[in-house]
Amino acid sequence: MLFGRVRGTTVAIAKYPGCEGLKLLMVQPLDRHLEPVGGLQVAADVVQAGPGDLCVMVRSREASLALPDVKFVPVDLALVGVVDDLQLRPDGDFDFSIKPGWVTYT
Amino acid sequence: MIIGKVTGTVVTTISHAHYKNRRLLVVQPLVMSGEKADEDFIALDTTQAGIGDTVLVNREGNGARQVLQNPDACVISIIVGIIDSIHTSPKWTGDRVQ
Repeated sequence: MLFGRVRGTTVAIAKYPGCEGLKLLMVQPLDRHLEPVGGLQVAADVVQAGPGDLCVMVRSREASLALPDVKFVPVDLALVGVVDDLQLRPDGDFDFSIKPGWVTYT
Repeated sequence: MIIGKVTGTVVTTISHAHYKNRRLLVVQPLVMSGEKADEDFIALDTTQAGIGDTVLVNREGNGARQVLQNPDACVISIIVGIIDSIHTSPKWTGDRVQ
C-alpha cells in the first residue's frame, strides 16, 4: 500500500464489462515524505476522494477487491482511504540498516 | 516476509470497510549495511506496533486475507510480528561465504 495525491479525474467512454460507473482519478504516487515516485497513474476511487486529497492506495489484485460490487475486473490501483493526519518521525531518528551479527531491537 | 522499521502513523477517517478499526503504519524496509534502501510503504497493523518498532511484514495479499479472516480483504501489506533481535552471519558477504 502507498500514498497518492489526487491530481485530476479521468473519463473513459468504453470500459471493460464490470467497470461501468467506476470513478477513475489521476493520482501521483508518493513516498512517506510526500515526494513523487514515478509518473501519474489512474486509480479507481471507492472513498469519494477529491482533487488535492492525500490518499492511501492499494495495488495489484487487491485493488479490484476494494471495489464495491464486481470483484473480478481489470483494475490494478484503487484509493482505499483519505489521509487526515500523517505523523512521521525524522529519518535521522532511526537506523535502517542491518549490521552483521546479533542486533537487538527491544 | 520482510523486516522494516515503523516511522509513522496514518490516520484515515474515510477509509474502506476492510481498514476500519485498524491502524495504518508507515514502514521503511531494513537492508544490510551499505545496500540501497528500498521504497517505503504503508502496512496494516495487527500487532499493536508503534513508531520506532522493528516489525515483520507480510507483503502478499493472500496472507493478509488469511490474517484478517476475510477472503475479500483488499490489503497487501500487513504487520504480523514485532522483531526482538536478528542474527546475520558476519562471514556472509553477498553471494559467497568467505
